[in-house]
Amino acid sequence: MPLMSDLSTSMISSSSSAFLAPISFNSRAQTVSVPVKSINIVKCVATPQEQQTAYKTNVSRNANIAKLQAGYLFPEVARRRAAHLLKYPNAQVISLGIGDTTEPIPEVITSAMAKRSRALSTLEGYSGYGAEQGEKALRAALASTFYRKLGIEDDDIFVSDGAKCDISRLQVVFGSNVSMAVQDPSYPAYVDSSVIMGQTGQFQKDVEKYANIEYMRCTPENGFFPDLSTVARTDIIFFCSPNNPTGAAATREQLIRLVQFAKDNGSIIVYDSAYALYMLDDNPRSIFEIPGAKEVAIETSSFSKYAGFTGVRLGWTVVPKQLLFSDGFPVAKDFNRIVCTCFNGASNIAQAGGLACLSPEGLEAMQEVIGFYKENTNIIVDTFNSLGFKVYGGKNAPYVWVHFPGQNSWDVFSEILEKTHIVTTPGSGFGPGGEGFIRVSAFGHRENVLEACRRFKQLYN
Amino acid sequence: MYKLSACCSMTCGISFQPKMVLPSLRVQKQGNGHCTNVPRNVNLEKLQNNYLFPEISKRELNHLDKYPNARVISLGIGDTTEPIPQKISLSMANALRKAIAETFYKDVVIKDTEVFVSDGSQCDISRLQLLLGSKVTIAVQDPSFPAYIDSSVIIGQAGDYQDKTGKYQNIEYMLCGPENNFFPDLATTPRTDIIFFCSPNNPTGHAATRTQLKQLVRFARDNGSIIIFDSAYAAYITDDSPKSIFEIPGAKEVAIEISSFSKFAGFTGVRLGWTVVPEELLFSSGFPVINDFNRIVCTCFNGASNIAQAGGLACLSSEGFQAIHSVIDYYKENAKILVETFASLGLKVYGGVNAPYVWVHFPGSNSWSVFTEILEKTHIITVPGSGFGPAGAEYIRISAFGHRERIIEASRRLENLFSKREALFNFVE
Repeated sequence: MPLMSDLSTSMISSSSSAFLAPISFNSRAQTVSVPVKSINIVKCVATPQEQQTAYKTNVSRNANIAKLQAGYLFPEVARRRAAHLLKYPNAQVISLGIGDTTEPIPEVITSAMAKRSRALSTLEGYSGYGAEQGEKALRAALASTFYRKLGIEDDDIFVSDGAKCDISRLQVVFGSNVSMAVQDPSYPAYVDSSVIMGQTGQFQKDVEKYANIEYMRCTPENGFFPDLSTVARTDIIFFCSPNNPTGAAATREQLIRLVQFAKDNGSIIVYDSAYALYMLDDNPRSIFEIPGAKEVAIETSSFSKYAGFTGVRLGWTVVPKQLLFSDGFPVAKDFNRIVCTCFNGASNIAQAGGLACLSPEGLEAMQEVIGFYKENTNIIVDTFNSLGFKVYGGKNAPYVWVHFPGQNSWDVFSEILEKTHIVTTPGSGFGPGGEGFIRVSAFGHRENVLEACRRFKQLYN
Repeated sequence: MYKLSACCSMTCGISFQPKMVLPSLRVQKQGNGHCTNVPRNVNLEKLQNNYLFPEISKRELNHLDKYPNARVISLGIGDTTEPIPQKISLSMANALRKAIAETFYKDVVIKDTEVFVSDGSQCDISRLQLLLGSKVTIAVQDPSFPAYIDSSVIIGQAGDYQDKTGKYQNIEYMLCGPENNFFPDLATTPRTDIIFFCSPNNPTGHAATRTQLKQLVRFARDNGSIIIFDSAYAAYITDDSPKSIFEIPGAKEVAIEISSFSKFAGFTGVRLGWTVVPEELLFSSGFPVINDFNRIVCTCFNGASNIAQAGGLACLSSEGFQAIHSVIDYYKENAKILVETFASLGLKVYGGVNAPYVWVHFPGSNSWSVFTEILEKTHIITVPGSGFGPAGAEYIRISAFGHRERIIEASRRLENLFSKREALFNFVE
């Protein structure tokens, strides 16, 4: 594809000034850790000449972002993968790390997107700004597909460009003065977005936790459901089921307890049901199956893992009308304000795809894709079982949670990568409760999954 | 017992019709209804009303209810109307970052790694606010695109709204009007950490000159401030006004630029834009802003739709680029027609030359009243200037997006209204 003509490198750089030599520095060079509160201690770091004379604005860095310990988990894993490939350019790397879907999107769905795309070139079919909350037909389809008989109405549903973005938008709604609880381990976006928002204190290295976040330990010992009697009250409780990364699915009885806990404490549950369709057992697929949940819970979900929409970007969040702040103000009203001000709707093409996903043909096609990944999961579970590992998850979710007792999970990650060229995800990336575990995701072409299992067997036999 | 009334307490000085609570949110908290014990975000309480454009839409809907047979013409929300050239929509789709850098920043040497593709400027503005946090101070032009102020309030940078002035405390409003060539008097502008600047401007249509932007960059540099430069309408520039802040020497150390495919390619529904954060831009500690923006993008976002990105790439092919500019020319011709219409009526008209917005002055008027009168009498949706800030109080924004025949029809109706009522409508000089 012809790009614009060659850059003239002799052009005067607009960054030139009396003070600067032309800079070509690695923007990552500055990720040295500087003590946030340095009391009469100056940490000396050798800085290149350019950086010492570089112009600095007088805008302070956001102290909340400075609290974050490292890059977001998955780009970190990706960096290691890239470094590994540099080292072994011919390695057949298999990625069972980031939970990224691999199988093509079913035809019935992509043709709807292509159709919508083409329609945008016609007068009748062109559409500009859509409703920020999502197209009516899609909201209705979501309500009837996932929340039929649960008393959730079309206008309780807000279509988005994915759960990750919704999590941050919810944090913007809540603001910096709320406290939150997360499962430990949990999907990193809950904690990271909380830190960014200013809800937390500093990271405490000794316990590997941020101050002011309540970490609800989920382990094999407690069936991956927190002991609520020992959990302090927080304003917000993030809960993911089926769980990323452990694969655990909360039972009806457990969710009844969770809802009661939230009710007793006047808390709000943010329930992440992105993997609900992977549920095999007869567990609730939506928090709203639990009576009383509408007054205490928000639910967020996504097309990512159902339809392979990880790149297409489509999800939704349910905020029931009955959910009220302490002064009686409806949470939905503030969420709507955020959606209208900080967002501008999911792509119309993605929404057309979403609608096709929820047609009878689309639902069937999605179930096939999900079934495929579930079969992958079975293969991985069997492999690790046969090798004598304690294996969790893998039944109700596309994640296998493998125990490596007493071992540092980044070390295990590195060893697996080094010796088998397989990318996994170290459990401690999901919180201190993940230490000693490795998450193996089940997304991948079948032959890659089989090959990966062969390599695991070779390594661990 | 708590009952949400239909007319929520309105404390803003703008003469609105009382805010109607959407029927579905008319919740009555019963005696046994549950309230959580989670306090509402006080920053959201500060917001005076709905975001401007949904408010306009609501009025449009109410109007349509009232006049079901009216052929309403919408020159309100700046929503594109013309189909996307076929070449682009047929295209199947990293390239995009590189293509953006090479298409728009060829001469100023912005790297592809400094370009962050997004789902649009509205979202990027809020992500930048998340990046900057609640402790920075901002300046905005007055009038300006409402998202700068609203996002600032939401993130906690602003103080309370003051009815008297129509302003939020702790935000610096830089007046931009005909009297100062729509460029703020920087000599009297106090320092803020961040300066939002949009050129070509929404809503005034003014494109800052090179001289003006040099002043702005120097001002930012002297104050150690960061400019967030909104260049969403750059493609509408007719004269040789700068299309990017980075055309100004030294800008890379003081500015972030945001832009969008929305008004460029009709992607208002497709959702695609970008933000440029130069590596040279540093916080006071020397920490590169780009590192933190990258962190936000990785944590609070998950990329623009791959399909939208494929479309974006096609937009920047030579064929796509040409096709897009035909559509832009079409809108510019619309703007010309609207400018001529208002000028011929003896009204003071601004903009419409470098931007798809026409900014019409009705001296001594209340813009919501003019908006309502125009809507009632001609079934044309516009946007009242006060929605963009107190300095917009006597202005109406007319957007030039629309099918040609509707623009012509709208012009006809406006001519009819204003010439007929010239004696009564004493805004005309």
